[in-house]
Amino acid sequence: MKDDVTSAEAAIHLVDVSKVFGKIGTDAAFRAVDGLNLDVRPGQMLALLGKTGCGKSTIFNMIAGLTAPSSGTVRVDGRDPFAEFDSFRGKMAIVFQNDRLLPWRTAIQNVELGLEMLEIPVAERRATAQQWLTKLGLSGHENDYPHALSGGMRQRVSIARAFATNANILLCDEPFSALDESTAGRLRAEFVRLVKENGKTAVFITHSIREALEIGDRIVVLKRPAMIAYDVRFDASTGPQEREDIRSRIVEVLAA
Amino acid sequence: MSETAPRTGSPPPESMLSAAAKRLWEWVLPFIVVIALWQFASLFFPRFLFPSLIDVFWRCLEILSDGSMFKDVMVTIYRILAGLAGSFVIGAALALLMVRSRAVDKFLSPILTLFQGIPALSWVVFAIIWFHGVEFRILFIMVLTTLPAFTFQVLGALRGMSRDLMEMVFSFRPSRAKLFRVMIAPAILPDILTAWKVNLGNASRVVVVAELVGATGGVGYQLLLQQQLFDMAGALAWTMQLVFFVLVVQGSLTLIENIAFRYRAVSERAI
Repeated sequence: MKDDVTSAEAAIHLVDVSKVFGKIGTDAAFRAVDGLNLDVRPGQMLALLGKTGCGKSTIFNMIAGLTAPSSGTVRVDGRDPFAEFDSFRGKMAIVFQNDRLLPWRTAIQNVELGLEMLEIPVAERRATAQQWLTKLGLSGHENDYPHALSGGMRQRVSIARAFATNANILLCDEPFSALDESTAGRLRAEFVRLVKENGKTAVFITHSIREALEIGDRIVVLKRPAMIAYDVRFDASTGPQEREDIRSRIVEVLAA
Repeated sequence: MSETAPRTGSPPPESMLSAAAKRLWEWVLPFIVVIALWQFASLFFPRFLFPSLIDVFWRCLEILSDGSMFKDVMVTIYRILAGLAGSFVIGAALALLMVRSRAVDKFLSPILTLFQGIPALSWVVFAIIWFHGVEFRILFIMVLTTLPAFTFQVLGALRGMSRDLMEMVFSFRPSRAKLFRVMIAPAILPDILTAWKVNLGNASRVVVVAELVGATGGVGYQLLLQQQLFDMAGALAWTMQLVFFVLVVQGSLTLIENIAFRYRAVSERAI
């Protein structure tokens, strides 16, 4: 399937991006990403798949603006997320591998965090946070502190926190990897539904082929140092046999 | 991890009452033993060595009810709090600079470590030689003796903040003021309260030394008078004023901790 997105239209646009940790040209230098080119069109759910240490998180941090590339260009909605960090306030939200809830805030106060940064009035942000907690099945737990919630509930709060700001771009770093399979499966389905319903562009990091096939409408397989080894697009009409072929191809690429 | 929330339950009121009574008894017992030993000794030793604690009690009441005497207590409390506040503000500012700049850290750390090694009495001597005003001398001594501890404690708290949580808050692009309010202040508050508790004890000892040598009022000055009169009951009564003050402030800080840190999970098993 062909993706006809142009670089001007892309929500996320990476051109010849490299990231080197340590002093370049020395033995201590470590090249985590090497000349990566990647475009993600608006509304796409991209699953970035690769083995541990292949540079997925480095790409994630560069798109999030938390790390600058050593060379190349990173653009999100046409702007540099690292240099223009503050201009992305409310436009990008992240769901991390672990819930990262502030332990001194209740569930609802944690969901309100991003809205506070946007200077949303107290009553309005409380209502929005309440709405997202209810959507994620946490009604009645608004005033619980994180230590009183289970792992699955905490991760639901962190998903609510990301969605509450109504950001157009969602970045997810293996958000369900610390949960048991049945909880992860339920949350994954909820997550996909919410992303589709709200028309978000999502980049989803995972090391699970099954998760990538469930979540994405495009899978990019990375090989160390973060280079695209396989790039495939599919949709709801993709049949089970075609999906099985994609799965087999991914296994081959990862094993190579 | 699972979808089931951890169970929370509270023990029956009777066992809570008996546990509270046991804690109170364990807290009071050491004081009762010390008081009993002192009172027993007062039966066999002269008054100027071991005065009866009943005398000490009446002297304490006299200090608390006599306006001019109580003023001396308040002066000392004011000096302790002013010294600690000054030291905390400077220490927190230095810690912020050190955490932001490796060069500043490398420059200031050895100086603060050097200051830590200087005895409080030496600072008293330096202050008397360098300065004239009594209040400024005492403020100088209080700040210099507690500054290294405050700086290192705030520095440790800033460095100990969770990188994961910091990164999460950063992902929402906070302004500096919001970052401080939602992340930095709550994260370092437990260490700051501990620093205040530790430094309060140090400051109450240092202020007496400073007043003993260079002041014309305050608890330290009164202790000097009691020493000249060989009045042990008076010396104990004045000392108790400082002890009361430290206990009240420590209790207040503990109360703040109990309210501010109610979010913490409590394990049923002790360390």
